Amino acid sequence: MRVWLGLFLGLCVTMSARAALDIEITGAGEHQTPISVVRFAGEELIDGQTISSVVTSDLLRTGLFKQIDPAGKAPHEPEDVKYPEWPGVEALVIGSVRLLDGGRAEVRFRLIDVVRHSELIGLAVTARSDQVRAIGHRIADLVYEKLTGSAGVFSTRIAYVNREGKHFRLVISDSDGYGEQTLLSLNEPIMSPAWSPDGKQIAYVSFERGHATVYAQSLATQKRTVLADFSGSNSAPVWSPDGRQLAMVLTRDGSSQLYLARADGSGLRRVSFSGAIDTEPAFSPDGKWLLFTSDRGGKPQIYRMAVTGGSAERLTFEGSSNYSPRFSPDGKSFVFSHFTGGVFYIAVQDFETRQMQVLTTGGWEKKPSFAPNGKLILFASEAQGRGILATVSSDGRVKQKMVAQSGDIREPVWGPFLKQ
Amino acid sequence: MKKSLILSIVLVNLLAACATEPAKEEVSEPAPVEAAAPAPVAETAAAPAPAPVAEETVAMPEINSVHFPFDVDAVQPEDMATLQAHGAYLSENANARVRVAGNCDERGSSEYNLGLGQRRANNTKKALVLAGASPSQIETVSFGEEKPSCTGHDEGCWAQNRRADINYTAK
Repeated sequence: MRVWLGLFLGLCVTMSARAALDIEITGAGEHQTPISVVRFAGEELIDGQTISSVVTSDLLRTGLFKQIDPAGKAPHEPEDVKYPEWPGVEALVIGSVRLLDGGRAEVRFRLIDVVRHSELIGLAVTARSDQVRAIGHRIADLVYEKLTGSAGVFSTRIAYVNREGKHFRLVISDSDGYGEQTLLSLNEPIMSPAWSPDGKQIAYVSFERGHATVYAQSLATQKRTVLADFSGSNSAPVWSPDGRQLAMVLTRDGSSQLYLARADGSGLRRVSFSGAIDTEPAFSPDGKWLLFTSDRGGKPQIYRMAVTGGSAERLTFEGSSNYSPRFSPDGKSFVFSHFTGGVFYIAVQDFETRQMQVLTTGGWEKKPSFAPNGKLILFASEAQGRGILATVSSDGRVKQKMVAQSGDIREPVWGPFLKQ
Repeated sequence: MKKSLILSIVLVNLLAACATEPAKEEVSEPAPVEAAAPAPVAETAAAPAPAPVAEETVAMPEINSVHFPFDVDAVQPEDMATLQAHGAYLSENANARVRVAGNCDERGSSEYNLGLGQRRANNTKKALVLAGASPSQIETVSFGEEKPSCTGHDEGCWAQNRRADINYTAK
């Protein structure tokens, strides 16, 4: 009876309007664009964080922008802008918010090129008033894309596990920590969350049945399905990029080995036959290759194998051991956790040059994953004895620490672009 | 140590039996050593039943965990005696069941540690079977690094976490 009640409570999705994470940025990009984000006319009429501050926070978190204070100037339309009043500013974000009937708002914004005195983009969108944060992220995405040439990830989400003592919560949130939703709440461990390519499901490992079992959960309905519950441990679920297959790690035949299955968990097919520990499979963007961690050579290292199975090629040769590989979105490199001298670092390695680049200063740095634009890497780290999330830009220059209000954060994974 | 106490009890009883009625058997159930024979030294290992305790021939071992060096899953020599004792108990008690849970310290990834914990549990099971248990009496599970007994970042804590626990689900 108690178990059922616990599970029911665990499934209630709780949402938070404020940030569940405190964020600290260090470092700067090679070039920082001086930008001014002016408060939008009428934005204070809507509850919660203002649109201009959402845009500002998003852009500053990338380390690629330097904020120039508007210092009381408040243009809202292009004709209000007096260019000589903006020395040193390269880009200007202005806009307005108008409340409509039925709890809706109309948001208009313009990105102005101050150097060329021209308008780069504009947007007018109508939405519910409680979607204003999402609009702020969308504006930040457009500004970022126009000024850097890369897609923005401000509208994407992340998933992670929060552990407090023996209590575990599977959480998803916006990439800045806002809008936290608890998908599952247990007094048993939860591990290895993974996003479906369409962003509609999360797969994960739970110990509620007494051993590691793989589940998938729909974000829309919260319905849970068991994907693998064979004897031994069932873990490390990942979807193929086309969403039609899953890779998982099962110990039913002795040691941890790689298996493929259909997206519903049926049609199980074993693809590694090493007798060692083969784990942490990751699909290449074209769906043809798997990266995985294996200790078949003695210590855990990263290997690559065709999805059809067969021989595996060892890729990592430095340090004591290497774990947790993930492909970059362009498929040209992979990120992993590099263990050497008793310390964990986040590193990337190019497939062609085979060169490894360590991106972080070291600590308990594990479980890295790329943002879908390939420009940022999310990973688990530690500060003051607590598990935290961190990001590092793919060139290693800009770093971010994200600390939860309470508990240890573990097992993070970045979600996909959401279809607009 | 319990074993030497048992041996002492056996020895005293044997000598007492010899002193009073040399032919009479005091112990009602079969024991590895004849009660009538004035044997000064009783059998070791699978301990013979002391007269006061009529039910068990093998006592349940007290130590329920075995430990491992970093990144190692082979059972260590210093733990063989413990596993022998559990194996013997399981062998003598066909209805007994155990669950062996493998655990790891926090180094490595959580998924690799899940696999390592499973190997530790599997190797512990093999040792128990070699010591006389039947495979159907032993269930294995891995908790990886997810259920540590302590959470410090130091070898003292890590050494505690690198273990397989033997828990009786039926005696």
